[in-house]
Amino acid sequence: MSFLLIGDHSQSTLDPAGHGAAQIADLFHWMLGGGVLIWLIVVGLAVYSVVVPGGHRPRLTKTLVIGGGAVFPTLVLTSLLCYALAMLPELHRPPPQASLTIDVSGVRWWWRVAYRTGENQRVETANEIRLPVDQPVEFKLTSEDVIHSFWIPALGGKVDMIPGRETRLKLHPNRVGTFRGVCAEYCGTAHAQMAFDVLVMPQADFEQWLRGQQRDVSEPSGPAATAGRALFHRKGCGACHTIRGTDAGGRVGPDLTHFGSRLSLGAAIKPNDADNLRRWISRTHDVKPGVQMPAFEMLNRDELDSIVAYLEQLN
Amino acid sequence: MDASSDAPGDDRLDVKAKRLLDAWRTPTGWRYWSAVNNSEVGLWYVVASFTFFLFGGILALLMRIQLALPDNDFLTADQYNQVFTMHGSVMMFLFAVPILEAISILLLPEMVGARDLPFPRLSAYGFWCFVIGGVFVCGSIFFGVAPEGGWFMYPPMTTEYQTGVGVDIWLLGLSFIEVASIAAAVELIVGVMKCRPPGMQLNLIPLYAWYILVVAVMILFAFPPLIAGDLLMELQRSLDWPFFDASRGGDPLLWQHLFWIFGHPEVYIVFLPSIALIAMIVPTFARTPMVGYGWIVLAAVGTGFLSFGLWVHHMFTTGLPAISIGIFSAASQAVAIPTGIQLFCFIATLLIGRVTKSVCLLFTLGGLATFIIGGLTGVMVAVAPFDYQAHDTYFIVGHLHYVLIGGTIFPIVAGVYYYYPAVTGKQLSEKLGRYAFWLMLVGFNVSFFPMHLSGLLGMPRRVYTYPAELGLGTLNLISTVGAFVLAIGFVVFLFDVLRSKKNQPLVARNLWNAGTLEWLGEVPDKPWGVRSIPIVESRYPLWDQDHFVEDVDAGRFYLPDAEEGLRETLVTSVVDAKPIQCLRVPGPTFLTHFAAIFTGGVFIFSTYHWYVAAAISGVLAFITILVWLWTGTAPIPEKQDKDVGRGLTLPIYVSGSKAVGWWAMFITMLGDMTAFISLIFGYFFYWTAHDDFPPNGSSGPGWIWPSVAMLTILLAYSATLAARRWNRQDHAARFYGAIVCGVVLSIVGGLALLYGPLAHQMDPTAHVYPAIVWVLAIWTALHVVLGVVMHLYCAARRAAGRMTARCDADIVNVTLYWHFLLLTTAITCLVIAGFPMVAK
Repeated sequence: MSFLLIGDHSQSTLDPAGHGAAQIADLFHWMLGGGVLIWLIVVGLAVYSVVVPGGHRPRLTKTLVIGGGAVFPTLVLTSLLCYALAMLPELHRPPPQASLTIDVSGVRWWWRVAYRTGENQRVETANEIRLPVDQPVEFKLTSEDVIHSFWIPALGGKVDMIPGRETRLKLHPNRVGTFRGVCAEYCGTAHAQMAFDVLVMPQADFEQWLRGQQRDVSEPSGPAATAGRALFHRKGCGACHTIRGTDAGGRVGPDLTHFGSRLSLGAAIKPNDADNLRRWISRTHDVKPGVQMPAFEMLNRDELDSIVAYLEQLN
Repeated sequence: MDASSDAPGDDRLDVKAKRLLDAWRTPTGWRYWSAVNNSEVGLWYVVASFTFFLFGGILALLMRIQLALPDNDFLTADQYNQVFTMHGSVMMFLFAVPILEAISILLLPEMVGARDLPFPRLSAYGFWCFVIGGVFVCGSIFFGVAPEGGWFMYPPMTTEYQTGVGVDIWLLGLSFIEVASIAAAVELIVGVMKCRPPGMQLNLIPLYAWYILVVAVMILFAFPPLIAGDLLMELQRSLDWPFFDASRGGDPLLWQHLFWIFGHPEVYIVFLPSIALIAMIVPTFARTPMVGYGWIVLAAVGTGFLSFGLWVHHMFTTGLPAISIGIFSAASQAVAIPTGIQLFCFIATLLIGRVTKSVCLLFTLGGLATFIIGGLTGVMVAVAPFDYQAHDTYFIVGHLHYVLIGGTIFPIVAGVYYYYPAVTGKQLSEKLGRYAFWLMLVGFNVSFFPMHLSGLLGMPRRVYTYPAELGLGTLNLISTVGAFVLAIGFVVFLFDVLRSKKNQPLVARNLWNAGTLEWLGEVPDKPWGVRSIPIVESRYPLWDQDHFVEDVDAGRFYLPDAEEGLRETLVTSVVDAKPIQCLRVPGPTFLTHFAAIFTGGVFIFSTYHWYVAAAISGVLAFITILVWLWTGTAPIPEKQDKDVGRGLTLPIYVSGSKAVGWWAMFITMLGDMTAFISLIFGYFFYWTAHDDFPPNGSSGPGWIWPSVAMLTILLAYSATLAARRWNRQDHAARFYGAIVCGVVLSIVGGLALLYGPLAHQMDPTAHVYPAIVWVLAIWTALHVVLGVVMHLYCAARRAAGRMTARCDADIVNVTLYWHFLLLTTAITCLVIAGFPMVAK
């Protein structure tokens, strides 16, 4: 079957990179084996009953109904339940007090991400989550509009993000790599294009990255990027986007402070490169239907290039 | 057997048979459409449901084309979202539930040897409502305004972020159809309980009828919570009452609870009737009675009960505490046990019997093999930790289609092959049937099996596209190819059903040599159903009772004649099926069409906020239904009793719990109470889930006005009881006096109910607390208004000589309504006035 499985597996539950996902994949394999066996027996029996013409003893068949229909499933299901429910407490138990805590809120159709870096201190980013390997992490999940569902298949199960509530999810990555998370609850037009990148990295790299995220942006270098910054402000981009260290302080759209360092754009739907960014800014709705950001079709080629140059420098 | 001796021409019938035939004759020409008999309405219902099924199937193919390739642009995001929403909604509301009701309306009376169901006009009304509502909902997609909130319509997406007309079309159009479904459920419950042939005690009922009884009861308790939810959501959308708005105390999860309290039983509502068909087919082809009749009945009832305790497994990922997840996880697995028992009973029957092979059996076995996969994956997703991964992925899409296509569609196709000869007198082709079967089976598995894998590889549901890098392209392409093979299988099947069979000979009567009553039908079929209504002493009377068919045909049993030229059938007692009434059922009419059109107008005009038109339509619907009741129900017969044959004399008019009308009222009110209790559930859900309910500083409606309402309604209720008593004693003056008192007191009570929240200036748009109090008060007040209408109706009936001291069904049934009304009022007053005092 492996020819079917081409692709990068970055979103697969069967290639786990976290404790929860690994446990659940084991559980699945057991259930799969048992299921196949039960199916073969029951369907084999049904086929036999038709192919081999009848007259079997009624006594035998009554044993079959009670044994096969009632006793056997009760035993199997009870054992399954014991095995599976025993996993629940650990899956639900919050991580130790000092663990990394990340606030994620779902917004149509992107993710606002904030790392709690200290008492009342948060550093905000969007559509990309980086995690240290072998550390439990607690996600506090909320929604700013409709119901979304936060899911990183390679790391563990999903939890819904519900307006008016805060839900939580613990994950425990155990393998370095790049994975993909998605919204699992249908949330309207661009539900299919609401994803995020997940980078599990060595502890030291993670800490370095997080320190980087806490910094404000520095002055743009080069004439294109400088012109781009001016244009960014003149066109009103700052009304929706924040770039810390500048006047841009909007909260409606994703924080762009370190946009240039992110792997992808548009909520992980295209690689973050100059061509894609140009298309995103000028033909937004072709890339992602329904998205709230207006398309900036009026920008000429030079203007577009300078804004792109500015944004790509934000790292 | 020679066909001609079984089916004599009209001229060879004796005078009794001719009269009977005349009474039951189907109208011809354009009046054909005024027919209300189960064999016509049932057939139209089946055809209409299948038409919607094809429509839903075409929508599915559109989705498969879009998903065949990654980043495809065959459909836009919005088109795709409309298409998948409509596919789910059409398949569930316009096919799966209606088809079971259609098949049951068509076959149930034949299975229990009744001439018709007790309320033929109600079936016809339900059918026309279904057609109007279905066309309205489906039509929306051609104008690009179809709902796009998914078949589950989760707020706040559907309340605040999808402002188009689509959500209203879904809410109102489908509520309209749900009402029709409940009407059919009432009809089927009363049919199974009261219209069985003499001697058919509870332990002799055909398994199909048992299943339908269970399913109809489930509809009765499952649909009202959804209707209550629809009501709340529509109130939020049109009047801004914040039931699901978290910023004003509402809660989007309340919708999920109400939806899945409906939605999970719904799965079994769809699945059990198909198993019921299998339960009829298996003994016939095994040539032996079903093994474990009692086990099967218990399992069906058990499944029905359990299915109401599973809904939370659709909400495992909403962040519930582990304890609730564990309980619902266990309950969800438990439902596999009764299902297993039923399957093993079928297999055991096949093992004992000497099996005759046929296409019916092929579809039955193919269905079982497919369904078991769906059942096993169902057990997997009932295991909460696995569900955390599988939920809302293509794994679930695979699972649910294995359940629904294996457990529902395949058995229905088997049922069509099985019953086609009974309905049309012609047989379907075994050869084409085999082609269709293998195309469907292979196509289905090729299409849906890979979905389990694409789900586990991380493909979420309800996505209009997916990126190429994820490697899901091959699996999706295979699924699309399979879907088209499956579709070709359906085309072959459809061709076989529709091809002209003019040159094909009529089949022999009871073609499959089955043992149950529906195979008594002559070929070609006669509109009377059975020549005489038999005494039944066995589960398989055609196998076990000597000279059974001859005696039925010779009119040696009950009601072999229609001396008065009226349509009549027997009513028997619930448990032991002793004959208690000769029921006259109404014949063809167009009133039901008008009633359906005007009722449809209320819902359809409301969708577009044309409230004046909706109100006019509502008044017309109301008048039409009153005319229908006035002219069609409980007519006083020309004589009290009638000789129904074999020296048995039965009353023609009965009232109280012997009468089918009383049962219909009782069952309808159970459904009505369920909707009301769902609203009460909402009230307490807000209280348990939110600290600000009731919000600080809100006085609620106070205790004075609700107490006044309670007291006056209690007095009005006493007046109703008195009216019933004085009518029976033939004290005309006292009767009218009691009615007048009842009406006046009711009006005072209704106004008092509304005046409580009004006097305390409760603004229903400010917070969910005043909103839910208003809903409860208005719900109750509207029921009081209906109670007043019923009072006036009884007074008018008596004044017109249509109700007498002896023939008092009208006031007896109205009293029954008032029992429920009193209960509703008491609960409302206690909750809205009493609870705030306790909650402080």
